[in-house]
Amino acid sequence: MCTLEKRGDLFHLTLTGDDEHRFHPDTIASVLSLLEQAKSQSTKGSVLITTGHGKFFSNGFDLAWAQSAGHGAIERMHQMVKSFKPVLAALLDLPMPTIAALNGHAAASGLMFALSHDYVFMRKDRGVLYMSEVDIGLPVPDYFSALVVAKVGSGIARRELLLSGKKLKGEDAVALGIVDSAAHDSAEGVVEATVSLGESLAAKKWNGEVYASIRRSLYPELCRMLELTANNLATHNH
Amino acid sequence: MCSLEKRDRLFILKLTGDGEHRLNPNLLDSLRSTINQIRSDPSSSQSVLITTSDGKFFSNGYDLALAESNPSLSVVMDAKLRSLVADLISLPMPTIAAVTGHASAAGCILAMSHDYVLMRRDRGFLYMSELDIELIVPAWFMAVIRGKIGSPAARRDVMLTAAKVTADVGVKMGIVDSAYGSATETVEAAIKLGEEIVQRGGDGHVYGKMRESLLREVLIHTIGEYESGSSVVRSTGSKL
Repeated sequence: MCTLEKRGDLFHLTLTGDDEHRFHPDTIASVLSLLEQAKSQSTKGSVLITTGHGKFFSNGFDLAWAQSAGHGAIERMHQMVKSFKPVLAALLDLPMPTIAALNGHAAASGLMFALSHDYVFMRKDRGVLYMSEVDIGLPVPDYFSALVVAKVGSGIARRELLLSGKKLKGEDAVALGIVDSAAHDSAEGVVEATVSLGESLAAKKWNGEVYASIRRSLYPELCRMLELTANNLATHNH
Repeated sequence: MCSLEKRDRLFILKLTGDGEHRLNPNLLDSLRSTINQIRSDPSSSQSVLITTSDGKFFSNGYDLALAESNPSLSVVMDAKLRSLVADLISLPMPTIAAVTGHASAAGCILAMSHDYVLMRRDRGFLYMSELDIELIVPAWFMAVIRGKIGSPAARRDVMLTAAKVTADVGVKMGIVDSAYGSATETVEAAIKLGEEIVQRGGDGHVYGKMRESLLREVLIHTIGEYESGSSVVRSTGSKL
């Protein structure tokens, strides 16, 4: 399902297997537990790199699992939406820089998972970003939109991402300011580039708590929605 | 500390001397009283403010050594800078920072609190150093960052990589308006821009009100909530 490996300063979180890496209560719990592990083992200079195997980074929630409950489908959807929030919160709160190395497609909650990282690298040759909700008639949870607003600056880019139903290729995503890079023609190339970035960030030996606190203060609205209290969201009376 | 020169309709405020122009209580008081002086000048609403500095530094931030020796002074310096920035935001005239040296942390916030940022490209950088020196970033600093830097990626680079932003990079990031070959050229360009703005005419009081509403979020963080539509709680000097 997913693994966490430490190589030097870098934590590698990998969504394993050749499947769509859909988020399901079990995967959600797994990812959350691995993020907690990384947090507990973090030191100055730690960095997280998240990637996947195969064609997909993650294709979103496990809708088939929800639908298999018949009348209970809506309940299962709500459960996944609710339990996924802490995953994004954990990433926003992680006391180290975070980098998503997209090996393949990232859709819906899978895309939100990617965007919750500080840096997002995509492949040039393959893989798209796709907010499928508008096509499949699923409303987007409010914290998804808050994440898009926090991370994507232009009105046009936000529309393209959330409302157009477009499958955005690497170079489109870079042009829209949604991802940082789409320069590499293979999954290995992307991972190599993220490792290189990771090592240069690790060399700064930053204090993870300070890093996380500054990160939270960059996204006050999003943090509020994820129920993350930023240290410095106190008013002027501090 | 700081000097004030009036050239026709331009007020040129300079952080004087070859030091780091650390924002200690004395310098902050000096700057605030000079800004008040400018505000109460009869020609203020048809004028332009240019802020610049002598030497290698625009300002290297708060006086951290002073804060270490007397921790209560951190609160004092922060309060005084908040007031100064609120004063700049409500100032009834356009403001130009001619950045001719390094501007770090609180010093960078001071530069960015101007409407235009002109900077030399041959030396010096804007630097939100807090991540590197393990300092807490006050919430109101983040309001300035959000108010003045539009791109989420640029904000991340400034705050989460503690980037030393040279003028040309600053222009690309949308933080700096324009870059010049030397300190002298930067100041000359600021004066030229100031004169163009003066030529355009317009009412500084209206300008100031519009700027307040544009940077409402910053004002809320610097001086607290105020009723929308009404004037921000600043003494408007000459008006009262």
